[in-house]
Amino acid sequence: MSDYGNYGSSGSMEAKKQQVMDQVRSELALANAQELINKINEKCFAKCVPKPGAKLDSSEQACISKCMDRYMEAWNIVSRTYINRVQRESQNMGGAGGL
Amino acid sequence: MSNPNFDEAAQRELAKFLEAEQAKARLQQSIHTFCDLAFDKCVTKIGNKLDRSEEACLANTVDRFLDTSLFIVRRLEETKGSM
Repeated sequence: MSDYGNYGSSGSMEAKKQQVMDQVRSELALANAQELINKINEKCFAKCVPKPGAKLDSSEQACISKCMDRYMEAWNIVSRTYINRVQRESQNMGGAGGL
Repeated sequence: MSNPNFDEAAQRELAKFLEAEQAKARLQQSIHTFCDLAFDKCVTKIGNKLDRSEEACLANTVDRFLDTSLFIVRRLEETKGSM
């Protein structure tokens, strides 16, 4: 057991490979989600809580909810635009190098 | 760091997989940076939906930022050539 780390000693190599890949995928997805949440926190706090009071009042909460939705919409637009651009640039360069 | 669990073919496959995942992570990181920039510029008040001009502004911000980046590189190459 000790030589094989935490992959366990049972199961085929194929299964272990899948396990490693799944773990990498889920860690990256988590990191991406955390980055998004941090950005939303920063932006929406700045926009919705200009003068922090004794508690988050209901209008601030409503603003934060809307702001979260707007940020995610914006993220999707930016993502679509950037991916289109990267694809266009790599076609122009005949697939050699690029951004 | 060789791993006794994986034969050479599996190690190659994993290396390729990791490279692709890293490329994806870099792409996502760029999107976060651009979104940060564009949101400040384009979304001044929080409404119930992004309106058309905000949407256009977000897309234009990304494209013009990348144009700026390409322009700077080209410009520097020109100056380098004339020195």
